[in-house]
Formats: sequence, C-alpha cells, structure tokens
Amino acid sequence: MSAIQIENFSKEFHLGFRMRRILAVKDLSFTVEEGEIFGFIGPNGAGKTTTLKALVGLISPTRGKITILGRDVREARSRQHLGFLPEEPYFYRYLKGREFLHFYGQLFGLPLSFRCRRIDEMLELVGMKEAADLPLRKYSKGMLQRIGLAQALINDPILVILDEPMSGLDPVGRSQIRQIILHLKEQGKTVLFSSHILADVEMICDRVALIVRGELRQVGALNSFYPGGTREIEIVAARVSVDPLRRAGFDAVDLDGSVLVRVKDEEARDRAISEILAQKGQILSVIPQRESLEDVFAREIR
Amino acid sequence: MKIIAIAVNTFREAVRDKILYSLLFFALVMMGLSVILGNLTIGEQIKIIEDFGLGTISLFGVLIAIFVGVGLVYKEIERRTIYTILSKPIPRWIFLLGKYGGLLLTLFVEVFVMVVFFSLLVFFYGVGFDFALLKAIGLIYLELALITAVALFFSAFTTPTLSGFFTLGIFAIGHLSTDLKVFGEGTKDPFLSGLTSFLYYLLPNLENFNIKGQVVHQIPVSWEFIGWSTLYGLLYIAGTLLLTVLIFQKRDFR
Repeated sequence: MSAIQIENFSKEFHLGFRMRRILAVKDLSFTVEEGEIFGFIGPNGAGKTTTLKALVGLISPTRGKITILGRDVREARSRQHLGFLPEEPYFYRYLKGREFLHFYGQLFGLPLSFRCRRIDEMLELVGMKEAADLPLRKYSKGMLQRIGLAQALINDPILVILDEPMSGLDPVGRSQIRQIILHLKEQGKTVLFSSHILADVEMICDRVALIVRGELRQVGALNSFYPGGTREIEIVAARVSVDPLRRAGFDAVDLDGSVLVRVKDEEARDRAISEILAQKGQILSVIPQRESLEDVFAREIR
Repeated sequence: MKIIAIAVNTFREAVRDKILYSLLFFALVMMGLSVILGNLTIGEQIKIIEDFGLGTISLFGVLIAIFVGVGLVYKEIERRTIYTILSKPIPRWIFLLGKYGGLLLTLFVEVFVMVVFFSLLVFFYGVGFDFALLKAIGLIYLELALITAVALFFSAFTTPTLSGFFTLGIFAIGHLSTDLKVFGEGTKDPFLSGLTSFLYYLLPNLENFNIKGQVVHQIPVSWEFIGWSTLYGLLYIAGTLLLTVLIFQKRDFR
C-alpha cells in the first residue's frame, strides 16, 4: 500500500464576484511510498499548498481521487494516522504550550496518560521543554514552527505532511527540522514536505516531485533530475601559461597566477591534465560541476 | 470527547478575551444604576429593579452572543487555526457543534454571574427572590442560544461585520415579527402579504421568549406557554445548525 496515492487530481477555484474560474491544479498524479522522504517543490503559486490541503481534507478535489494510507481523503477517519503542519502556522495565542498540545491530542481521542507521556517526548524532540508553560503569544517564529511540528507528531503518525517547514527559519532552525525529518524516516515513517529551499530538499529527500503552474513536470529520485549528469569539469592549475593550452584546443582562462580550464567530459579532462603536466605545470584542483536542483528548477519554470 | 475538547477550548478562548469582562462589567453597572432609578419612584422600586435587571441580562446576553458568536468561526479561518483542527480526524459537524457548545457554556457562565448579582440586588431590597423570575431568565437563555445559532450560521460564510449586522437585524425583527404578521394581514396587496407571512415564518419570533413584563407585574405565565416556547426555540436552533453544517461541509479552506 502506498502512503499517498493521487490520481488525476484537479482543483478549480471560483474567484471574486463574477466567479472567474481558476484551475489551480491540473490532472496531477503521483504516489508516495511508505518510508520515504518525499520533496514537493515548485515556485510560489504553483499549486503545492492546494495539493497538500486536498491531502489533509481542507479542500475537496474538483476531479480525481486521493487516498492516504488506503483511505479516501474525504473521510475524516483517513486522518487518524496523519500529522500535518500548515504553512506559517497560526495557533491559539491564549493557550500555553502544554495546553495546546493536550488540546490537539484530545482531537485524536488520545487518553490522558498517553498524552502526558507523548507531550513530554515531543517537547524534548523539538527542544521546547523550557517554553512549555508560556502562552503561545510569547513565542518567536522559530518556536511556533517547532511547537507546530510537535502538534503534528502528537498522535505518533504514520504519515507526516509538512507545508514549507523550513521557511522563515535561520540555518540552525532549518538544520534542526532536517534532523527531525531524518529521525522520522529512521522510525519508518513517511514524510512529505513542500519547500522552495532546494538545498534542504537535495540534502534529505529520497524522491522529489516538481510542480509548475499546477502541472507535474518531473517526479522521481533526485539523480533522475539531472539527466546530463555532470555539466562540466573545472581544472585549476599553476605554473602553466594559457596560450599553449588554448593552442591545444582547451577553453583556458588566466586567473592571475593560475589557470582555469573548463572541459565537457572525463576524456577531455584526462587530455587536459596530461597537457598541463607535459608543460611542467601543477594541478591545483579538479572539480566536476554537477547540475544542481536549482538549475533544473530554473530551466523548468521558464 | 472530541466535541467536548473543542467546546472547552472555545470556552477557554472566550474567558481569556477581555471584551467579555468589559461587557459583563457594564452589565453589572447598569443593574446597579437601577437602584438609583428605583429610588426616584415611589412604591414601585422593586419592579424597576426587576425590570431593569431582566432587561440588562437579556440585552448584554445578546451583545455577548453576537460579539463572541460572530467571530467564532471566522476568527478560526482568518487566523488559519482551522487548518490544524480540520486536518485532524474531526468531521466538520463535530467542529461546529463543539464551537456552539463552547459558546453556550460561555453564555451560561455570563448569565449566571449576572443573575447572582441581580438576586443580590433583589434580596437587598428585602422582598425575596420571586421564582417566577427564573422562568423569564430560562427563556432569555433560550433566546440567547437561538441568537448564537443565527450568529454561527452567518459567520460560517461571511465576514464578522456583516454577520454581526445580520444577526442584530434578526434580533430586532424577531421582536417585531408579530407586527409584521399584523401588517401583512392588513394589506390588500397579495405580494406584500405573501412576503410578510413568508418572513414571519422564516424569521424567529423572539417575543415567544419574552415574559419579562408578565413576571415583573406578577401576571402568571402558564407552563404550557413555556413548554411551547421551549419546543419552538429548540426546533429553530436545530434547523439553523443543520443549515450551517450543510454550508460548512462544502466549504474549501484556501
């Protein structure tokens, strides 16, 4: 059984007084398997949040079928083993951290003894033990994000869906969220999160889906996103001059004392290195320039 | 259990809100003023105090019902807290009824505080508490519950300002709806009389819950009247809530 199955999902919104039709998501299909970390990327307004909201039952699909953990998302029961953190979450400001987590635990029907134990574990996990008895209105943005993550995990979910969990956090905060996501994977849970911070996605995701203007562009393992593999190889050498290398047909640039040679593939790399060594030059570095997720992203949204 | 959690949280939100206390404060001040007004009349002092007290409980109850009731669902959507609630295994009707229950609890506590203060005033004037007053207060509470259901209905699909306005309108018309019927019967125009009788049956007849005058002037009110009024109120509330759930069920939270 797949953790998430989306089949031909489309969502139309009617905007304004004249009910102008907007197709926010067009015919989207993909599955998320159990136990993987799945990244959902795309520019702002691409339909990421719309899709995630359909997954957790906040909006209903205009067309298509969505199941999570084998149940149709239109049933409230489908959310029993789901954890969800919305984008820039807002919570009840008048509640204290611990009260807040108790309330969300009650919404799952969790008994008091389980809640007490689980809440302590969660506060520990997200590092919010000290702030547990402060009202939420005193929390900083990073603290809200962390307590939000704690509420998403309160029911020990099988599937966790996070909408932009790293947005607005400093590098330390982002790294903490990444650690928590990896920790969830170790426990065998499935995590789906959306992000436009591609570095985070590259670091931890098993598979990624790219959505642009409501349509799915690519889905698959990260390395399938770079069909070209390495884009070029940069060689930096010293004690060698530019001209003989250029005469040998290489793209060489003088870098004030050293020389930068750019080649397209491994065969050209070896020839360039032999040429530099033949000139009694010294190799300083050989760095393959891989196409990054950012390049793929930039190409796809054009 | 889930419905209770939502109700308790709603109650907690209301009691941690300052607007409630300011309204309650003014209500108590107004009842206190009735003592001064009572002193200006001869012999009728207790009637003035009772009349004023019941009027205050009713008026401020309605203000609280509208102020809190209208913001109830809207605030959850506006502040996006609803995202984290409805993404839990909570059917939407449970959410709505939980909210409604929490408000009824808030109103109950409010009315209770006002009634305690009111009975102290009456007691102070040495006449003893007339238990017929409780009949009037019970029906006032039912009216408040109905107004709250109407406020909840509007706030499920429109802004707090508009729904506050509509709810206040329905409260006002609800007390005049007998006039509406009389007017409709008097007119020759079939369209106008059709419209007035349609409105008469659609809008709540809140005079059914108003026995303040009788109670203060010690005119007996039959249990039969109270029974029918209660049934009417409960059915009207059930219908309003059902309609609210139907609208809310279809709503997308973008």
